[in-house]
Amino acid sequence: MGLRKPPLYGVHADAGATFTEFGGWDMPVEYDSIKAEHAAVRESVGIFDVSHMSELEVSGPDATALMQRLTTNDVTALEPGDSQYSAIVNDEGVIIDDTVVYRLPDRDERVYLFIPNAGHDEEMYDRWTSFRDDWDLDATVEDVTEEWAMFAVQGPDALDSVTDAAPDAALGDLSKFQATFADVAGVECWVARTGYTGEDGFEVLCPWDDAETVWSALDATPCGLGSRDTLRLEMGYLLSGQDFDPETEPRTPYEAGIGFVVKLDTEFVGRDALERQHEAGVDETFVGFALLDRGVPRHGYDIADADGEVIGVVTSGTMSPTLSEPIGLGYVPVEYADDETEISVLVRGREKRAVIVTPPFIN
Amino acid sequence: MFEIPDDRKYLESHEWTTTEGDAVRIGISDFAQDELGDVVFVELPAEGDELAAGEEFGVVESIKAVSDLYAPISGTVTAVNEELFDAPELLNDDPYGDGWMLELEPADESEFDDLLSPEEYREQTE
Repeated sequence: MGLRKPPLYGVHADAGATFTEFGGWDMPVEYDSIKAEHAAVRESVGIFDVSHMSELEVSGPDATALMQRLTTNDVTALEPGDSQYSAIVNDEGVIIDDTVVYRLPDRDERVYLFIPNAGHDEEMYDRWTSFRDDWDLDATVEDVTEEWAMFAVQGPDALDSVTDAAPDAALGDLSKFQATFADVAGVECWVARTGYTGEDGFEVLCPWDDAETVWSALDATPCGLGSRDTLRLEMGYLLSGQDFDPETEPRTPYEAGIGFVVKLDTEFVGRDALERQHEAGVDETFVGFALLDRGVPRHGYDIADADGEVIGVVTSGTMSPTLSEPIGLGYVPVEYADDETEISVLVRGREKRAVIVTPPFIN
Repeated sequence: MFEIPDDRKYLESHEWTTTEGDAVRIGISDFAQDELGDVVFVELPAEGDELAAGEEFGVVESIKAVSDLYAPISGTVTAVNEELFDAPELLNDDPYGDGWMLELEPADESEFDDLLSPEEYREQTE
């Protein structure tokens, strides 16, 4: 099967983008320079096409019950226009995916839109509908991944950029994780004050067929997934399939450092396993580190203690474009997780000195 | 189009050589630096090291990729461009000039015959 393409594939190609496979999609990874795109987001504003992200809409009388039982956070806390970061876990409490859940304005009943990672739409549709049927809940689940294009406008000037394109919407009034329908360049979009870069910013969902109109109206430096990765890594944000993966890196929210999205006073799949781990504590935990020696840490490299004994693994690493220093993320036993603990990373088999740094790596 | 100067020879793996007096200078091509993207790290051998033609002699890393470097010819390392350690972006900015990597004293001049001419390398990158 060929790779799926975002609606603006041709626009990106004409702009000189190079592409990479991500979650079954052929997405722009870089236009000219990852470093320049990274700097644009940290210093002014950049725009990412993230139309490869999945979107599912859940409505009906039991929509809340279904969402509550399949995500770890408490969806009943959401007012219309609110959103929350959450996890989807299996019976063992292992993260299958992380997601943002939006509560849309109510129609006849509450309506939710949630955003699983790229390529997970079919799996999540099957999961939601099969549990709905097993539990005999009255909810409609729709995979709307290819109905919504999604752009992320990120950076200190992001508000100016979206306000220029949507002058009638009071987007500056939105607090973090709030969202609203807004007219952007004549197109009704779902605009949320969310993002994955650590900067102020907005994620704009628009109808697939209007993608070019909205993209063109948002004045910002086009950025690819390469800089999206370096930006999120500087913040210590998890990347699905790399920092956790039910097959290759099975981790619970507590191990992955996102225990704050687990609400044990709600009922959800995996709750009992997570309650047990919450009481017992974790053996290994997600950490950041900075390399003191020259080199670049990469996914899959071993982490060792001061005696050279392998104690963990690097799940993400890069040369931080902001700091010009090598940084990484990975899992180590909890006794090594304190700041300034000396570890080493085996870069192509050679030990490089490193120290634990609690993310974010930048202020 | 990528710049492929006529005053040097090339390897399929995108290294170039050119003669600087008695020494042979080595670097990577404009095509290679563009494929790599922003270079953030370079590892090179030390002066005095002996290299064999085709041998891995170092590593160049960009934000997104890691690439091994291969010696075009055999010889002894007589100079290393240590500026690259602090400013690896020179490889992007000036791959045929300030971004040079090594100088070698060649061990066997006949090995130059095995390298690609600019025309042959141009065909490879098209």
